[in-house]
Amino acid sequence: MSLPHYPPLAEGEDPSNFPGYRSTQYRFPKRPLFHLPQGIGEITGPLLGEDRVGPNDHDLTVHGHGEPIGERIIVHGRLLDSGGRPLAGQLVEMWQANACGRYDHKVDQHPAPLDPNFTGVGRTLTDSEGRYKFITIKPGAYPWGNHPNAWRMQHLHFSLTGRALPQRLVTQMYFPGDPLCFQDPIFNAVPDPRVRNRMISTFDLDATVPDWALAYKWDIVLRGPDATQIETAEEHG
Amino acid sequence: MSENPYEAPIGPYSEPVEEPTPGPTPSQTVGPYYSIGLTRDWPEGANAVEPYHSDAIEISGQMFDGRGEPIPDGVIEIWQADPNGRFNHPDDPRGAAVYEGFTGFARSGTDDEGRWAVRTLKPGRIPTADGTGEQAPHINVTVMARGTLRQLTTRIYFPEEAEANATDPVLQSLPEDARSTLIAERVDDRTYRFDVVLQGDGETAFFEL
Repeated sequence: MSLPHYPPLAEGEDPSNFPGYRSTQYRFPKRPLFHLPQGIGEITGPLLGEDRVGPNDHDLTVHGHGEPIGERIIVHGRLLDSGGRPLAGQLVEMWQANACGRYDHKVDQHPAPLDPNFTGVGRTLTDSEGRYKFITIKPGAYPWGNHPNAWRMQHLHFSLTGRALPQRLVTQMYFPGDPLCFQDPIFNAVPDPRVRNRMISTFDLDATVPDWALAYKWDIVLRGPDATQIETAEEHG
Repeated sequence: MSENPYEAPIGPYSEPVEEPTPGPTPSQTVGPYYSIGLTRDWPEGANAVEPYHSDAIEISGQMFDGRGEPIPDGVIEIWQADPNGRFNHPDDPRGAAVYEGFTGFARSGTDDEGRWAVRTLKPGRIPTADGTGEQAPHINVTVMARGTLRQLTTRIYFPEEAEANATDPVLQSLPEDARSTLIAERVDDRTYRFDVVLQGDGETAFFEL
């Protein structure tokens, strides 16, 4: 029985403790992680599909009775594995603050207005080439209690399940040129700037729709299976 | 004394932009507002099986932090085999198998007391990773919360499966105090309890995946 194998991330790419982000303090395991051999239950995972996505779920600007306030943007890109293979038919879940930096959530007491026309939740499926696209409102920066005068960078939350448990990814997308990045410990919890900056989208003039919306492009890359094993599987048909 | 390097600005306002290298997108915390995107519009997402299925079981528990405080902003996801030990997934080398009314996946947020609950079917046994034997019935669990930078992976095993548990290679690879954190408590025929402790006394055994 030859199964695909998903190699772990490189050492230091994914620390579980980051003192600058205070909430990690009591929420990271202190014991080293135990080894789990990848069997059938690990190289598979939920294939969440079309029954989770309605026709307008990718367009967060049409979920209310009117248009939400804020700067309309397009966010698009491809979902790939680390071997460059597109992941088709995959559920992409996204949530975010409104243009004022306020979440539609009881815990968020930031004194900024809620927008009755914006709930901040989007879903879509990737197409046959792994492409996804959301139409939304650029989220505002917002203050939080991590340290004095702490502000979160403008960001979108993304959730992907991939096709196997090692591909499960919850992450955040950031915008280019955000002046807050120097003091955002969640962003900076990824130690290597060349890895961290994979989370920053790029401005995309080609996909910008004239007289309507700016576009940002962001490819999401999930851990891929070992290339050698895939080649072997293909050779043996 | 300050342990928090962010209490004072740590760098220039404009860092030189370093080109990202190709590779996997890093993980970030789900944050405190994940319910907007993950659970609010999907209450039935906590069911891996149709809730009135005659064999449905409920597994519930609380999630705690390193001070013993309940975690009100955590998420649990389960993924498991069906009662025949099969998966509805094309990468299963035995072929994808459909089990009526069952998906194998469920997701539950935690409430103000850190409580979560999922409904599912008891999984069957599946081959070991090396294909030489069988694993005890178990459920793979992904744990996330505000304050966790990446997801944590653990497993739920069943206390009435003592014989199978005694030969399960994953369970047996753990030291006793870690092993015992993975065995659910049986409340009755249809109900199990499984607490998740992210840190400290009784810390749940988590796996590298």
